[in-house]
This record gives sequence, C-alpha cells and structure tokens, in this order.
Amino acid sequence: MSQGVGVVGLYVRDQEEALKFYVDKLGFRVHTDVKNGDYRWLTVQHPDQPSFQLGLFVPQAPMHDAATAQALREMVAKGAMPPLVLVVDDCRAAYKQMHARGVEFTQEPMERYGSVDASFRDPAGNGWKLIETRKDAR
Amino acid sequence: MSQDPALLRRLLRAKDSMDAASHEEWPVARLARVSGISQAHFARSFKQAFGVPPHRYLLTLRLERAAAQLRDTDMSVTEIAFVTGWNSLGTFGRVFRDVTGENPGDRRAREKAAPTLLDLVPACFISAANRPDLKKAVSEKRRQDEAASVAGLEEKEIS
Repeated sequence: MSQGVGVVGLYVRDQEEALKFYVDKLGFRVHTDVKNGDYRWLTVQHPDQPSFQLGLFVPQAPMHDAATAQALREMVAKGAMPPLVLVVDDCRAAYKQMHARGVEFTQEPMERYGSVDASFRDPAGNGWKLIETRKDAR
Repeated sequence: MSQDPALLRRLLRAKDSMDAASHEEWPVARLARVSGISQAHFARSFKQAFGVPPHRYLLTLRLERAAAQLRDTDMSVTEIAFVTGWNSLGTFGRVFRDVTGENPGDRRAREKAAPTLLDLVPACFISAANRPDLKKAVSEKRRQDEAASVAGLEEKEIS
C-alpha cells in the first residue's frame, strides 16, 4: 500500500513519559525520534502495522502561542480528545498483560454485542478503547 | 479561567470512576480521595473542569445506564431502577420523566420498536453520546417546564 493515512498525532503532556508508556507498556516501537532544539518529532508504530505511525507531540511554541498550548494541555488532561481504538485478538489476555504492566484501566473487559471491550488511558489522559476483533469481522 | 493540567488529570480519575461504576454511591469524600485533593476543593474544581457539578454528572450517567437497560434487557423497570443506583422507584420514574420527557415504560416501548446501529459503534461511545445533557438541576428544569406548560395553556386560551 502506498496511499493512505501515514501519521496521526496525539497530544501528550510529556514525550518521554509517553514514549515509555507506548513502548514499554503497550509494545509499540519507535519509528522516528528527531530533535531540533526544543522541538521533538516522535512517532511510534504498532508492530503489526508498518504503514501507520502514531505521533506523540506536545502542544508547544512555535506551533502554538502560550495560551493555545495551555488550552490544549487542559483538553488532553480532562480526557476531551477524540476516541482512539486499539484492536486486539484477545481483549482479556491483553488486559491482563497491560494491567500487570501498570496501565490505568477505566473499564475492565466486558462482553457485549458479540465482542469484548475494555478502556484505558495513557498518562496524559488520552482515552483508548481496547476491542477484541469480532469473530464475524467484516 | 485556566486550570492546572495535573489537577485536571486527577479530576478525570474521579469522572472515570463514576463512569465505571455509576450505580455505586459517590459521596464527595470518595471522589475527592480518588482525585487526591481536598473535599473543599473538589466540587468546585470538578464543575469548572467538566461544566457540571459531580452529582449531576452522576445523575446523567445513571439515566443513560437506565435507558440503555430499558432498551437492551428484559429486566423490569423496578429492577433497572435498583441496579442503576436509585434508592427508590418513585424517584427514578420522576427524574427520568423530568429529564427525558418520557416514562421509563414508554421509552422502552419506543426503543424496542426502533432499529439499532449498536453493532457498528463501540458501546462506550454510544453511552457517551446518549447521556442526557442536563444543564440545570432537575428540580429547576421541572419548575421551568411547568411554567412553560402553564404559559402554553394561557396562550391557547387567548387565541
């Protein structure tokens, strides 16, 4: 595949903390980590998804003025950013492993509508849904 | 007015806790403990962060849960009232009607007749989208609705 979505970015409160979380706790890999002064372009990748990068960015100058950056940090911290979904083969097994690694779950695995789902947050406050692939997946 | 993101992140834990167990009791002391801040500070900070006082937020969660169970289960209205955290069936029925404009039983009949898209959207997003947007306290909303219906009657009589 040569066309499609390549990078989607998240705002986080601290890139080092986010890097540890996504790599050590979720099992992502670092794709790009480049610094230019205060600015750091940091993307990670799911091991099964080489064509997609998840960017971990902080709201900062010079992209944003101080008030905008503060507003974005507040939005992230109160969980107001859009939904994220991580798809797994076995939700309960993934929950067990991630929970043991200290991931903050906001909902334990629940079976409903033919699948199993759970919810967790990254340290910054971004909310993820952990959803098991449906047996009758389209 | 801006709030410290670190405080907001801790307040979010209280909100998440209510989301995860809205049928449980959530006195301010318990919520404040989850957030790691003083009780005196908690309610004001929560309202500033999320736009509603914590207990009104909890009320909207319980109403959404109850509506979902009316739609998705065959439990009786009484059972649903108790499993979603109401101490009395009367309070549940009255608040449900005040906020949604429908009796629980009527809501169930209407939802059962309607088609569902539930298998296409993750359930928690449906829950979040169906939570009633309660901008006023329930008692205040009832007073205004009553005033509006009286005003409506008067208009009809005049015309």
